[in-house]
Amino acid sequence: MDLQYTPKQQAFRAEVRAWMAAHVPKQRLKSYDTAEGFEEHRGWERVLNSGRFGMVTWPESLGGRGADLIEWLIFEEEYYRAGAPGRVNQNGIFLLGPTLMEYGTAEQKARFLPRMAAGDDIWAQGWSEPGAGSDMAAIRTKAIRDGKHYVINGQKTWSTRAVFADWCFGLFRTDPESSRHHGMSFILVPLDTPGITRRPIPQLDGEPGFAELFFDDVRVPVENRLGDEGQGWNIAMATAGFERGLMLRSPARFQETAKRLVQLYSRHEARVSPGVRDQVLKAWMDAEAYALNTYMTASRLIAGGKIGQEASLNKIFWSELDRSMHETALSILGARGELLASGVDEADDITRWLKGFLFSLAGPIYAGANEIQRNIIAERLLNLPR
Amino acid sequence: MKFAFTEDQLLFRDTVRDFLAAECGPAQVREAAAGEGRSPARWAKLVEMGLTGLTVPEDQGGLGLSLVDQVLIAEEAGRAALPEPLVDQIGIAAPLLSAFADRADVAEILEGVAAGTVKIAAGHPLDPFVADAGEADYLLLGREESLHLVPRDRVTLTAETSVDPLRRIAAVDWTAGNDTLLSSDPAMLDRMLDLGGLAAAAQGLGLAQTMVDLAAEYARTRQQFGKAIGSFQAVKHQLATVQVAIEFARAPVYKAAFTLGPRDISHARVAVIDAAASAARTAIQVFGAMGYTYEVDLHFFMKRAWALAGVWGDRHYHLARLSRMVLSDDAALGADGTFADK
Repeated sequence: MDLQYTPKQQAFRAEVRAWMAAHVPKQRLKSYDTAEGFEEHRGWERVLNSGRFGMVTWPESLGGRGADLIEWLIFEEEYYRAGAPGRVNQNGIFLLGPTLMEYGTAEQKARFLPRMAAGDDIWAQGWSEPGAGSDMAAIRTKAIRDGKHYVINGQKTWSTRAVFADWCFGLFRTDPESSRHHGMSFILVPLDTPGITRRPIPQLDGEPGFAELFFDDVRVPVENRLGDEGQGWNIAMATAGFERGLMLRSPARFQETAKRLVQLYSRHEARVSPGVRDQVLKAWMDAEAYALNTYMTASRLIAGGKIGQEASLNKIFWSELDRSMHETALSILGARGELLASGVDEADDITRWLKGFLFSLAGPIYAGANEIQRNIIAERLLNLPR
Repeated sequence: MKFAFTEDQLLFRDTVRDFLAAECGPAQVREAAAGEGRSPARWAKLVEMGLTGLTVPEDQGGLGLSLVDQVLIAEEAGRAALPEPLVDQIGIAAPLLSAFADRADVAEILEGVAAGTVKIAAGHPLDPFVADAGEADYLLLGREESLHLVPRDRVTLTAETSVDPLRRIAAVDWTAGNDTLLSSDPAMLDRMLDLGGLAAAAQGLGLAQTMVDLAAEYARTRQQFGKAIGSFQAVKHQLATVQVAIEFARAPVYKAAFTLGPRDISHARVAVIDAAASAARTAIQVFGAMGYTYEVDLHFFMKRAWALAGVWGDRHYHLARLSRMVLSDDAALGADGTFADK
């Protein structure tokens, strides 16, 4: 055990810190769930890529730096410390990217990854359907082979970023006779293909962060399939593992929220009840614990280990931590907490807490509802019967 | 940066786990509680494995290993609810006394600790009772801001009864003298509290995991409504929630063993107190009425966890200490603060 950064790691941190200081926009970008904000964030992805900071863990040939997971954590720490914009392409870089590297052909990697890193293709995901949420094996949308194409018919929903995105990846039933987790394939679909209708769904904050997607005889070339026909479920599970596991929610994000919570508490300490102190300390401890746990996982993976059920433990922990931190913040803010927009100076921080609170409510639901994660822990880690 | 134990450390941990599974299973713990409470035969085997000398310097016949090595062993002692006071020797007494090994009398005592022939009890002035004082040859005690090493015949003990049938506690009446003084550096007394807190936290991790494992085992076999009760989500989700709390208390304990920083110790302490309390509460609920009996083994682990939650600075003490560090203006917080605080 050695809990000191090496000189190389310190130098990397200094490089990221300097670069972020020079490049992070001084003004907060508009929400990426608006048309204008989406393009602003695409622009930021291009800036990141120009510094080879789009996805530092990717190989240099794909625009990355071949960074290991500890360096990735350092990068994330500096990213959030600098208050850099959210990653509009997180579905692509964090979820599809690793999946492509594992299951994609050389041609597919060359075709998709550089454009993903550059922000040229922003990705949405297409898992859920009206009848297939937590029970993802109930997917019905069909992709039927017709010569060199699949013809897709059906409907996806809760498709994150799909209102403005360029592509979506998802699971489709390629064997119409199949049921449950058999007979599905993982297919990449350009969202401007004729036959696709997008219906934006406004979220709690009123912005269309996700959409319904209707597929009406949508023709997609067979080479857009990732992995073998019928292998889709296994590939999707690997993607879900990345999502719940390490990449999607790095600890730095929650540590910065905990820091803001400590600062908020300090400003309001005189007027809130004494018990709030313990909630604030709990938030700080849990954010630290999540970071420490991630450093342990990263160290294990670097030594050749595999990510396992900790993906489910992580997902429960960060999502419930995020919700509880925002609840505590709003409770401290009291009557000011309802401010969604205002001209007063203080309002920017309040609005951040409020919007963060609304978003935090989605955490225990997306990426596999926490009830499903608890089933997974109980059945696979504690060996309880199904 | 490498937040991982070495292969050797994990191998040794596994050896100790296997040993305790064979020599200190729940049946043997029950036997100890019904009988003498301590097993000289088991103690002799712990000595033979080199465990009593784990953190004693090599010059005094020990293995000279660190608290990072020790924390894994303390966790295993907790997992087994080991009755013998191994953890207090290697987690508190030996690391504290090692700083004074240039004193001939202390060096000799350390040799005895490594050989398992000398036992030392430790108690901080914050705590009203000292564990295993009756059998100890020496006691590490605090008076005002000084740390004292007091021979057993210089103290008067009033035995009390702990909720944990295997914990032997006593109030200690003693007079400090120049001949008992080990150090008048107040930092040494704080160090004793931190070492005690770390030892309690590591044991708490093991205790919590055993409580979950026992409850899961019961839930796999106990049938109601024609099914194992472990197939019901109401049971599954409660146990999964505790497992999450245990997993996220683990890394803070390991980090605290490496840094021995007060902020890390207090964090580890609070996280484990909460995880173990939740494990006890949930496990007894899963066991139902059986869990409320003396006949099911669960209670040995619950009671040890409850007792350890209060000593070496309780939850309130550590939260207050944490608040002074985390809420201070110069605290290293945020995304780059994890390993910046020393």
